[in-house]
Amino acid sequence: MKKIEEAILPVKPLTRESLTMWILLLVLSLLTIYALAAIDYTSVDMGKAMADTLNNFKTIFFHPAAHRLSLWDAFYEVLITMGLAFLTTLFGGVIAMLLGLLAAQNLAPKQVTNIIKGFVAFIRAVPSILWVLIFAVAAGLGSVAAVIGLTFHSVSYLTKAYSESFEELDRSVIEALMASGANWWQIIFQAVIPSSVSSLLSWTFMRFEINFANAVAMGAAAGAAGIGFDLFMDSGFYFDLREIGLVTYFIIAFAIVLETISTNLKSKILIKKA
Amino acid sequence: MQSDIFAKRKKDSLIFFFLLILLTVGSVVITQYDVSKGFTSLLKAFIWGGSNFYPDGKSLTILPDVLRKLWDTILMSIAATTVATVFATLLALVGSRTTRMNRLFSLVARGIASLFRNIPLVAWAMVLMLAFSQSSITGYLALFLGSFGFLTRAFIETIDEVSNDSVEALSATGASYFHIIFQSVLPSSLPQMISWILFMIDTNIRDATLVGLLTGTGIGFSFDLYYKSFNFHAASLVVILIVITVILIEMVSNTIRRVIM
Repeated sequence: MKKIEEAILPVKPLTRESLTMWILLLVLSLLTIYALAAIDYTSVDMGKAMADTLNNFKTIFFHPAAHRLSLWDAFYEVLITMGLAFLTTLFGGVIAMLLGLLAAQNLAPKQVTNIIKGFVAFIRAVPSILWVLIFAVAAGLGSVAAVIGLTFHSVSYLTKAYSESFEELDRSVIEALMASGANWWQIIFQAVIPSSVSSLLSWTFMRFEINFANAVAMGAAAGAAGIGFDLFMDSGFYFDLREIGLVTYFIIAFAIVLETISTNLKSKILIKKA
Repeated sequence: MQSDIFAKRKKDSLIFFFLLILLTVGSVVITQYDVSKGFTSLLKAFIWGGSNFYPDGKSLTILPDVLRKLWDTILMSIAATTVATVFATLLALVGSRTTRMNRLFSLVARGIASLFRNIPLVAWAMVLMLAFSQSSITGYLALFLGSFGFLTRAFIETIDEVSNDSVEALSATGASYFHIIFQSVLPSSLPQMISWILFMIDTNIRDATLVGLLTGTGIGFSFDLYYKSFNFHAASLVVILIVITVILIEMVSNTIRRVIM
């Protein structure tokens, strides 16, 4: 009798999973309330600042105009940013390819994969702007520091993505090739890379999308060339809201194109996995 | 037949590498990237880093001040994430294919998410600074607006993935819209959503450094201050503290993910 009752009315048990989730959400909410209460609101007139900001956004989005930059200049600046993003992705991809092979559990010994994974986690923990600024001391502010600094995060992201793509290759394929006398490099170039090439390209493109956003940020914060620098100059020095609008529209247009492509690529990877 | 496959593979990779080289040369020219300087400065940076970029005894005196700034930054990042989560959940429910009220609202919601996500964080920060000036509210709002766009898109994808069948089943039994949302959609997407929230907190702490640099708030401002006054020992201490924080938060996040998923 009891069994049937349970089957009809399953009481939702408080499992370890849901308990963890609720505690986490509670802790985050409490911290948020504390943080919002601790903000010093007296230093700014909130109402006025809000109204000003809304006004500024209105100018930015509804009255974009070119003053200092011509439309062609703005377009060329976006191209420079794209170039920075491309170089970053390329360097990151090449290094990550090697590290990815060493971090894949079916291709390298466990100690090696652990070392690589630790290294990659460390790279990721340093914000990308700090990598760029640290390199800027040696290379000077500019495209060299931006590209090298941003390459670090690309390496860490792509190493993880690549090694996971490599790990999808069935162990038996590698064993069959080993049994037939193929050496490590032959296995890599004849089996591992050809079988994962489409997901490698998709991941690389997704990183390119992220790198584009990063390159914009580095233009503003680390004096690298490109559209981000114009954004910084217009808002920090010229206070030219209308031109900020123009620059923002250019960035959004390019970013949305990249986003659309990478969303399509991502759904392709998911279909392949499913 | 076999040789055809190899010939085709060879041709494909030739075209691929040709395009790659073309794009690389184009990028190098357009960005005025100095390739040889790239290599030499990499070496130089490591030598310089090894000899200058480490905390010394004197820099430890700034520790209490930096720790307080770091704590503020962590709190700001969490607050920005949770508040963005509330708004993003609402918008994601409107935007998701399974829970939307109608096509038009869904399209509008997705459009808003895409717009917010693609406006660079830098733009948010700089424009907010014009009105809110150098206060922690500027950093908080910039992070909030960036997180809002990102989380909305992530939540829409999550809800789409997780809750198709159960929504159909429930609506067949005559459950109301809100019953479906609270009994099926949210509970089944919650683990994945929490995973995104944890990711966002981690990202926000790192982005807070960037926003802080631009708007003069939080831990980013501390770094900028020491960096620009060539006090590299102190600057390196800031970097190390950020690294420890991010790694600790990642470890906690991974533990939580293992339990809930």
